[in-house]
Amino acid sequence: MEQGTFRVKAGLAEMLKGGVIMDVTTPEQAKIAEDAGACAVMALERVPADIRAAGGVARMADPTIVQRIMEVVSIPVMAKARIGHFVEAQILESLGVDYIDESEVLTPADDKYHINKEQFKVPFVCGAKNLGEALRRIGEGAAMIRTKGEPGTGNVVEAVKHIRMVMAEIRQLQNLPEEEVAAFAKNIAAPLELVKETKRLGKLPVVNFAAGGIATPADAALMMQLGCDGIFVGSGIFKSGDPAQRAKAIVAATTYYNDPRVLANVSKDLGEAMVGIEISNIPINERMQERGW
Amino acid sequence: MMKFGVLALQGAFRKHKLMLEHCGVKAIEVKTAEELDDVDGLVIPGGESTTIGKMMVDWGLLGKIQTRAAAGMAIYGTCAGMILLAKDIVGSDQPRLGLMDVSVRRNAFGRQRESFEAGLSVTAFGNSPVRAVFIRAPFIEKAGAAVKVMATVDQNIVIARQGNMLVTAFHPELTKDDRIHKYFINMVQGKA
Repeated sequence: MEQGTFRVKAGLAEMLKGGVIMDVTTPEQAKIAEDAGACAVMALERVPADIRAAGGVARMADPTIVQRIMEVVSIPVMAKARIGHFVEAQILESLGVDYIDESEVLTPADDKYHINKEQFKVPFVCGAKNLGEALRRIGEGAAMIRTKGEPGTGNVVEAVKHIRMVMAEIRQLQNLPEEEVAAFAKNIAAPLELVKETKRLGKLPVVNFAAGGIATPADAALMMQLGCDGIFVGSGIFKSGDPAQRAKAIVAATTYYNDPRVLANVSKDLGEAMVGIEISNIPINERMQERGW
Repeated sequence: MMKFGVLALQGAFRKHKLMLEHCGVKAIEVKTAEELDDVDGLVIPGGESTTIGKMMVDWGLLGKIQTRAAAGMAIYGTCAGMILLAKDIVGSDQPRLGLMDVSVRRNAFGRQRESFEAGLSVTAFGNSPVRAVFIRAPFIEKAGAAVKVMATVDQNIVIARQGNMLVTAFHPELTKDDRIHKYFINMVQGKA
């Protein structure tokens, strides 16, 4: 019997596919998310919009918050560690969380290196803006990738930019003759073996979710139609007028992303969406997507 | 030509579709009642059983699948699919198909940290062990007389069959071992 194999880690991400993972900060929110059909929850002290508003250093959540959420739901529970903060990851693993998000939403703890994720039994998900970043994270042991987007903005434009970039680079790679593949790998600073595997598969070697700015059922369906495997919703649910209804609608939109009639129906009467932020109003040094190396 | 469906509300449906195609049969994703009408056998994949169960209710598939099963359609459930086919789910009142006379415990081996893969000896599939990947997996605690137990881990049932229903607690679709899918294809074709 073997535990913590890459197949077991990446396998859980396969089980999450076509589903919605929702940020929650209390056991009550976690129940709302589970009842709405979330396939997992992300246990946090604050949602990204509040982290952005609060400023200062954002760290791993208090273990009590994570444990209380694990106690009330039967679906997988994820939690965030700072980039490079392998001790926060050790703590989260000891609590028994099902996935760790090494996340740019928190303040990075290391300005050069990410966590060596192969050393853990618990699987990791990491953010990426492009193919090179995605494959570097997989090279470090990540078993699932998500777009970075721009968290806490309710503005989907950056997530769109990131998934389009990854898909465009994969198409470009597929058209390359073999002798040009090594130079391509060097240019995007990605491990050659993973570049070759991506070329062979025509897709990332692991599951790839959308994250960072998804606020409506239409946003979720847009990301699915652009080629994502599932959806993370951070602030978009519990910063909206009617979280339970919106959560359910985003779950439906993620499954029936190709059916505009269903999307129209589930988009009706959802109340206020979260207030969005125009990306150009965020100074570059305050953009979370710039964190990670 | 026979057509196989993979319930595609949420979960590992793509991997099952690839495995069925690798076995040489036609496979489609099933998200609607119309698509269900079109298939001869159905796979219910792993994923979140609470999510899939709620969506089956909301989108009018639960009763439809029960009706087709009663009329003889074969169903293969992996992991969440096994949970959804069970009559009894320990400690849960979540929506289910309830077509198999078994009592299933969710996350029975523990959380993701305790997930594992292992070689599983299954008499029906010959001498070489089945590579079984268990992910937050359930097992069957109790099974009725009509249920044929095909494999166990520490006395807990992880493969079982009852008439036209087949369930595994683990995920053959994540491996290259196609024996279980082939067995199911034979069931649908009336050969097993």
